[in-house]
Amino acid sequence: MPNLKDLKNRIASVKSTRKITKAMQMVAAAKLRRAQEAAEASRPYTERFNAVMAGLAGSVGGSDSAPKLLSGTGEDKVHLLVVMTAERGLCGGFNSNIAKKAKAHARELLAQGKEVKILTVGKKGRDALRRDMGDHLVGHVDLSEVKKIGYGDAQKIAQDVLNRFDAGEFDVATIFYAKFVNVVMQTPTAQQIIPAKFDAEDGEDSSASTLFDYEPSEEAVLADLLPRGVATAIFSALLENGASEQGARMSAMDNATRNAGEMIDKLTIQYNRSRQAVITNELIEIISGAEAL
Amino acid sequence: MADTMQFDLVSPERRLASMQVTAVQIPGTEGDMTAMADHAPTITTLRPGLLRVESPEGTSEYVVTGGFAEIGGQGGGVSVLAERAVARADMTQEQMDSMVAEAHAVYARAKDNWENEPGPVDDAAKLLADMVAVGDHIGLSSKQPNL
Repeated sequence: MPNLKDLKNRIASVKSTRKITKAMQMVAAAKLRRAQEAAEASRPYTERFNAVMAGLAGSVGGSDSAPKLLSGTGEDKVHLLVVMTAERGLCGGFNSNIAKKAKAHARELLAQGKEVKILTVGKKGRDALRRDMGDHLVGHVDLSEVKKIGYGDAQKIAQDVLNRFDAGEFDVATIFYAKFVNVVMQTPTAQQIIPAKFDAEDGEDSSASTLFDYEPSEEAVLADLLPRGVATAIFSALLENGASEQGARMSAMDNATRNAGEMIDKLTIQYNRSRQAVITNELIEIISGAEAL
Repeated sequence: MADTMQFDLVSPERRLASMQVTAVQIPGTEGDMTAMADHAPTITTLRPGLLRVESPEGTSEYVVTGGFAEIGGQGGGVSVLAERAVARADMTQEQMDSMVAEAHAVYARAKDNWENEPGPVDDAAKLLADMVAVGDHIGLSSKQPNL
């Protein structure tokens, strides 16, 4: 039987763990609200952008002169996977789910005899992928210094991706991130960004049917907007990821807090029982000693 | 009173303005243009410049960098999607400097990457010049760029 002092120490340590997880949960809840607001605020831009792009891509996309970012390089050999994860752990299965999804995708591509390159954003994804896919990692973007994700950060990543594309390093780029569904559910998602795909969401075909004048020209506008499209896609993925991370952390910490509470209850019962046992033991010793006299 | 139309100014980070306006002066790549109600549907890319919005309540101005404007889309209004947009009154010297510095960096990169192709370098030089012009225009002059 564990002695009383050990039990007492154990209870004290679990209690302090509970305090920490509780605090982390509350911090995550506050950050989640902010992350959700940020995601919400970026939505009008993204929606508008995609609507315009869908219209443009529809009218120019078919022609041979369509930019490579839209029509692709005509090949499908080298894939770039941009895996976006968090910089910190302690958020349940968040990071590993994204990494798992990316890994499965990479395996599939490798099985088809394609070449895979991986660019990681966020430390945890790199750590998770280094073991299995270490040879495929081509770069890493560190966001640990970034407190609040801004469009500039997305632009930097996009620039990196575009430079690689211009240098002919890959044919197809896909980003991996977790879509925020609600606090307890985040879905790891893969989204192809190069060649760009714009599906006119929620039936917004009206912009496609309006005939626009383009200044300077349709092609020039498209060529100007496509790189921005990459940045926009990355930006909204980063924001979704931010909200997902906080949501995942919040529910993970909520679980941890509850488990710690249960453990404390169990340990307290054990502690009381053994204390009782010690007292009973002592009494028996005294009584039997008295009887022996 | 003149007809009004819906005007939205959004940047990736937030929606800056959404209101009824009479006219919008847009710094297009090929020159400024003013859009009023019932303008022909047009999409134009933006250069760094001043976006002037005239509404019944008065005039407001925003500094915008690249992006594009959609005139006469759904509902016939104007939507400006700017990469970066700041109300003129909120513009500080530091922000201006950082924008100019960014344009400088783009220009330097373009010069390195496309040594013998004038196209992209000229574009970058124009971006920088536009950026500086905006700064001068609103009284936040920057150090003269050495092109």
